[in-house]
Amino acid sequence: MIADRVRLVVVAVAVISVLTVGYLRLGDRALGHLTQAWYRRVVPWLFIGPGVLVAGLTLVFPGILTVFFSFFDSEGTGFVGFDNYSATLSDPVTQIALRNTGLWVILLPSLSVLVGMAIAVLADRVRYGGLVKAALFLPIAISAVAAGVIWTFMYEYQPPLAAQTGTVNSIITLLPEIEPIAWIINEATNNYALIGATLWTQAGFAMVIFAAALRSIPDELLEAARLDGASEWQAFRFLTLPLLLPTVVVVMTTMTVIALKAFDIVYVMTNGAYGTDVLSTVMYRELFTAKDNGTAGAVATILMLAVAPIMYYNLRQFRGQSREA
Amino acid sequence: MATRIEDVRAAPFRRGLELSTRRVQWRGFPMHLVVLGVTAIWLIPLLGLLVSSFRPAPAVLSTGWWHSFALPGDYTLENYRKVLDRDGMLLSLFNSVAIVVPVTLLTVAVSSAAAYGLACMRFRFRRGILLGIVTLLIVPVQITLVPLLRVFNHLDLTGSFLGLWLVHLGYGVPFAIYLLHNFFAALPRDLFDAAEMDGASPSRTFFAIVLPVSRPALASLAIFEFVWTWNDLLTALVFLGGFRDVAPMTVAVSGLVASRGNGWEILTSAAMLSMIIPMVVFVAMQKHFVRGMLAGASKG
Repeated sequence: MIADRVRLVVVAVAVISVLTVGYLRLGDRALGHLTQAWYRRVVPWLFIGPGVLVAGLTLVFPGILTVFFSFFDSEGTGFVGFDNYSATLSDPVTQIALRNTGLWVILLPSLSVLVGMAIAVLADRVRYGGLVKAALFLPIAISAVAAGVIWTFMYEYQPPLAAQTGTVNSIITLLPEIEPIAWIINEATNNYALIGATLWTQAGFAMVIFAAALRSIPDELLEAARLDGASEWQAFRFLTLPLLLPTVVVVMTTMTVIALKAFDIVYVMTNGAYGTDVLSTVMYRELFTAKDNGTAGAVATILMLAVAPIMYYNLRQFRGQSREA
Repeated sequence: MATRIEDVRAAPFRRGLELSTRRVQWRGFPMHLVVLGVTAIWLIPLLGLLVSSFRPAPAVLSTGWWHSFALPGDYTLENYRKVLDRDGMLLSLFNSVAIVVPVTLLTVAVSSAAAYGLACMRFRFRRGILLGIVTLLIVPVQITLVPLLRVFNHLDLTGSFLGLWLVHLGYGVPFAIYLLHNFFAALPRDLFDAAEMDGASPSRTFFAIVLPVSRPALASLAIFEFVWTWNDLLTALVFLGGFRDVAPMTVAVSGLVASRGNGWEILTSAAMLSMIIPMVVFVAMQKHFVRGMLAGASKG
C-alpha cells in the first residue's frame, strides 16, 4: 500500500510536469499556423484555458446548480419553491446554527484584531518579542483537526473531587471556591470554547499582517510625535491606530469569512452536539445523514448570501486598485 | 578637553533618562503581563500535546501532563508505535503526501500559466475573468458540494485520489492565480518585450524567463497550497467517501477522536504525527509563507 502511494506520487509528478510543458509548447506551436491576428487572439486562451476551466467546473457551475437545487425536493426532481428555505429556517437546529454563526462572526474577527494588533505592537517593545511572535506564528500551520484535539485535551473535565487532568480546569480550580467546568458540554461556555480554539490557530495570521503594516509606518513620524511630547499611548491612539485602520478591515473581512465557513474544529470537538452547530455542520448533516440535497443546497445558499457582501467589497477594492494602477 | 565638556553636558540628560526608564519599567508591568500571558496561552497547549504524546497510557488517564515533570524518565515511544501500526497512521501519512504533492504541483502549473496570460497578454474578457477570480477568492466551498458529489457518484470517482486532486485544484486555483497575477503584473514589461522582439514564442518566454524570475512567488504559492491541502478536512471527508485505506491524516485523526473518546495518549501522538510535516515545511520556509500571506491577505 505504502509503496503504491510512493509510486503514485512519482508517476503523478512526472506526468503533470510532462503534460504541462508539452501542452504549452506543442499548443503554442500548433497555433503558430494561424494568421498573426488570429494567433494573438487565441494564444491567451491556451494559457488561461485550463485554469478557467477547472474553476468553472468545480466552483462556478456547481455553485449555480446548488442554488438551483435549493428550490427542489430532496431528490432534486420536484420543484418546491422556497419550501426548503422556510422549512430549514423554522427548524430549531438551523436557528441555533444561525445564532452560533452570528456569535462566531462577531467574536472571531474582533478578538483576532485585538490579539494580533496588541502583540504586533507590543512585541517590538519587549526583549522577548521574538518568542511571543513565534508562539503566535506556529499554530498557523496546525490543522483545525489537530487544534481540535489539542483544545479538547486542554478543556478536559473531571468531576469536582477527582484530580483534574485538563489544563484549563486544573488552573481554575487552584482558585478557592471554583468548581471545574465542562467547557465543551456546558452550553454557556462551549461556543466560546470553540471560538477560542479557532482564535488560537488564527491570531498569528492577524499578527503577521499587522506587523507588516506597522513596519510600513515611518519611524520619523512616531519620533516627531514623541518629541512634541506625545505619550506612547497618544502616539498609538492618534497616529499608529488611524494608519492601521485599512489593515483592521483586511483582517476583519478575512476572519469573518473564516468564521462563516467554520467547520473542521466544530466537527472534531463536538460534531455540532450540545448546541454548538454552525451553518456548515448543519449542511454537512443534511448532505450525508439526511441525504436531502434540497435542504443542503438551501443552507449552502444562505451561507453564500452571508459571504456575498464581502465578495462585493473585495471586488470594489480590486477595481479601485487596478484603476489607480 | 572636548570630551570633558560633552560629559558635563550629557550628565543631566543621562540622569533624566535613568529616571524615565525606571518609570517606563513600572508602567511596562501590564504590558509584560499581556505579552507573557499570550505567550503562555499559545505555547502551553503545544507543550501539553508534546508531553502527553510520550506518556504511558495509565499516567495520562490519572494525572495531568505537567505531573510528568516530577517523574523524569517516565516517557515512552509506545503510543507512536501503536498509532502508526494498529491505527494505520503510517498509511494515512503517505495518503496525505499522495494527495498534497500532486495537488500542489498541479495548482502551481495551471495557475502560473493562467496568471501569465492574464498579466502579460491583452485579449477580450481579460478584465471580466480577473474580476471573476477576485469574486471566487472567498467562495465558501460548501456551495459546490451537492452537485460535485452527485457527479462523483455518477462517475464513480468517490474515494479516488484523482477526483480529490481535481477538486482541490479547482478550489485552489482562484487564490493561486490572484497571487501570481499580482506578482507577474509587477514584473518589468521590457522583460517580455525584449523576448518577443527576439522572436520568442509566449510559451518560450513563459518557461525561460517568467518562471525562473518568479521563483519566490512560486515558492510562496507552493508552500501555501501544501499546508492548506494537508490541513484540509472537509473536502477529503466529502469526496473520499470515508474509505479508511485512502484517508489522509486529518480524516484519520478526526476518526480516532470519534472512536477513541478519552484515549489521550493515542490522540495526542496521532495529532503530533499529523502536524510534523506541515510544521517542518512551514518553519523551514516561513519567509516565503509570510510573503504569500501578505500578498493574498484578502483571502479567507
